[in-house]
Amino acid sequence: MSAVIFFIAAIGAITGAFGVVMLRNPFYSVLALAFHLVSLAALFLLLRAEFVAAAQVIVYAGAVMVLYVFVVAYVGGGEQLTTRGALRVLGPLFALALAIELCIAMLGAGLKGVNSKGAAFVPGFGAPRSIGQLFLTKFLFPFELASILLLVAAVGAVVLARRRRGLEPDEQFELRVHAPRPAWTGTMAEAGGIRLPVPEEPIASAEPVGTATTGDGAGSPDSEHEGGW
Amino acid sequence: MNIGWYLVVSAIIFCIGAGGVLVRRNPLVILLCLELMLNAANLALVAFARMWGNEDGQIFALIVMVVAAAEVTVGLGLVVAIYRRRLPIDVDELNELQG
Repeated sequence: MSAVIFFIAAIGAITGAFGVVMLRNPFYSVLALAFHLVSLAALFLLLRAEFVAAAQVIVYAGAVMVLYVFVVAYVGGGEQLTTRGALRVLGPLFALALAIELCIAMLGAGLKGVNSKGAAFVPGFGAPRSIGQLFLTKFLFPFELASILLLVAAVGAVVLARRRRGLEPDEQFELRVHAPRPAWTGTMAEAGGIRLPVPEEPIASAEPVGTATTGDGAGSPDSEHEGGW
Repeated sequence: MNIGWYLVVSAIIFCIGAGGVLVRRNPLVILLCLELMLNAANLALVAFARMWGNEDGQIFALIVMVVAAAEVTVGLGLVVAIYRRRLPIDVDELNELQG
């Protein structure tokens, strides 16, 4: 019985992994990864890791996949498939060689434990009780370190992905440059000061962010962050 | 099932992920392939924990999950920032840091 479940879950996990790599649309890749994660959770259950399986389904297939779906829906992804050139042939070849090498290394190692069904099962192995006990006694320091890491990552992601105010004059500047110039001259819009005075030279510069601050972006508090990008 | 079978599945998934990182160009899909590799390592860790009857490997797997979540958050933040700058979402084009 456990062999049947193992093969179903293993084939599901490998199929999902292939789907992530092969599918053109990134949205379908995300869905394939969710399928892969659920199959992997079944494998974890077979290995008596109940808590890890539950965390896999809830944290990965739940939270992280939702994050991916949101970003794919926001960015759009596009339909680019694979790299051009030599890497397109050499990449799969490298992966195949690595797989063969790993299988030889693990199955040919002659370790007795690898060819057994594992240690004798004691009740409570992998249950939330024992995992929590280990986390709060033996592995307290990694546990706290993980919480700090998550906090740093969350703050970093917000800082990276927030809407920068320094970009706004950039967009207006581009609109101004591409607008037909004679249509503005002599209109009421120019007299009313809507059209900002544009110096002639910033058009030639490749990065107009720093030079486009003639308007409302001059006093922007975020403008110093633009140097990092 | 013998522990060796789980290790073989883990090796295959890791190699699929490694090949995907090499072949694909979209940074979103490259992040997904990194997830595949981390998950393969998780499977091997849990399999070894079962082999020894010791739960330390499962703790390690949980910590790997935390690190993967942090990596995904920062990576997706980078992708969103790239999209906001209207740069091409393609790792072959984003090579300005190349010396």
